[in-house]
Amino acid sequence: MKIGVLALQGAVAEHIRSLEAAGAEAVAVKRVEQLDELQGLVIPGGESTTIGRLMRKYGFMEAIADFSAQGKPLFGTCAGLIVLADEIEGQEDAHLRLMDMTVARNAFGRQQESFETDLSVKGIDEPVRAVFIRAPLIKKVGSTVDVLSTYRDEIVTARQGHLLAVSYHPELTDDHRLHAYFVDMVKEAAASKA
Amino acid sequence: METGTSRVKRGMAEMQKGGVIMDVMSAEQAKVAEAAGATAVMALERVPSEIRAAGGVARMADPTIVEEVMKVVSIPVMAKARIGHYVEAKVLESMGVDYIDESEVLTPADEVFHISKHEFTIPFVCGAKDLGEALRRIQEGAAMLRTKGEPGTGNIVEAVRHLRLINGQIRKIQGLSKDELYHEAKLLGVAYDLLLNVHETGKLPVVNFAAGGVATPSDAALMMHLGADGVFVGSGIFTSENPEKFARAIVEATTHYQDYKLIAEVSKNLGAAMKGIEISKLNSSERMQDRGI
Repeated sequence: MKIGVLALQGAVAEHIRSLEAAGAEAVAVKRVEQLDELQGLVIPGGESTTIGRLMRKYGFMEAIADFSAQGKPLFGTCAGLIVLADEIEGQEDAHLRLMDMTVARNAFGRQQESFETDLSVKGIDEPVRAVFIRAPLIKKVGSTVDVLSTYRDEIVTARQGHLLAVSYHPELTDDHRLHAYFVDMVKEAAASKA
Repeated sequence: METGTSRVKRGMAEMQKGGVIMDVMSAEQAKVAEAAGATAVMALERVPSEIRAAGGVARMADPTIVEEVMKVVSIPVMAKARIGHYVEAKVLESMGVDYIDESEVLTPADEVFHISKHEFTIPFVCGAKDLGEALRRIQEGAAMLRTKGEPGTGNIVEAVRHLRLINGQIRKIQGLSKDELYHEAKLLGVAYDLLLNVHETGKLPVVNFAAGGVATPSDAALMMHLGADGVFVGSGIFTSENPEKFARAIVEATTHYQDYKLIAEVSKNLGAAMKGIEISKLNSSERMQDRGI
């Protein structure tokens, strides 16, 4: 099973390391042709404005929409969560518009307010260490979206079928359980198609 | 809940990887940089080539410029403090900038001591031209590094020298035995534990960007090819004829640094690049890289 990490900008190597630790084969994706051989895709943290611009420039908007339409799982972390969202607060243009949620960018403030904390996530036994860096929040979700965790009553982890989104950075820790959770989603999706 | 941890500071730099951080001198330029795909902007009063031309003492920018830039962009905003100038750094922190560059581009405030960067919630980036400098800055609390290069020259040769040297030294450290490491730590003037970490991992514990002389999309791609995690572009963009196009070209060449056809495409009709300065024509007092070792 092969999972890609969108490698236009951001923390790519860390996701590859975490996916491999969770038992998957992982590759950096720079071209749309590479998507054909993948069963799942991670959209990493980085700057969402940069990633969004490069996605448009190199045909990833349509290609990832197709990928998702085939039921192949997507996992967005931080900027990746923003890229997946239907709506971005205060902005007319969202990016992929795949996940039924409204997000707020830099919702905690500037870098000074970045932090780490222990966070309970539905479906994972013990709390994970969550690193929030100029992080976004999920302000509103549709009825088919499962809220998997909240921090101070705000949504920070959500799943809608084959789409998973977190506002923090599991790839910056040595705890690979969220990546394992995603690898399981990819396995299930692949099995249901076979 | 903890703020200002080493993971939060270094992680912020990890999110900049594969990106381009651009020097800007106004809110207007910051907007152009953001739209072109910059991952962060460095708010300055003057770009390095102008600092070089103007001479005199270069200091932290007027807070008004930094504030105006912070108001108009949603990407991170960095600003420079003089080497060893604790108060300039505290002033920038109080304004809420996202990253402080303790920079040799400004005139040093202290010829011996750098700022103790552990005392700040805000992360710091520092320049280095060899592994000793790199690890000493990390020891003082830097969460991100960049090559010093030779700022404001439009000449990539020094940045190439520094990155090759650091990477060559890392390979050498990997091959040393434990007893040789103690001696090497003494020669480099760094803590043994930090050197041991490099020996075991084969890399620096923080992100290392290229800076100081990047003038074209090919320059940016060359630095990525040599192993830089990303690129700072100072004087190159907003002194060029078409900053917007130039900025987009550098961003794309950095992402696709191994796609030479694409680099050819984005390099077309960019107008004249910086004239540039031959390094041997600088006298020793003009060499910014020799500040703050």
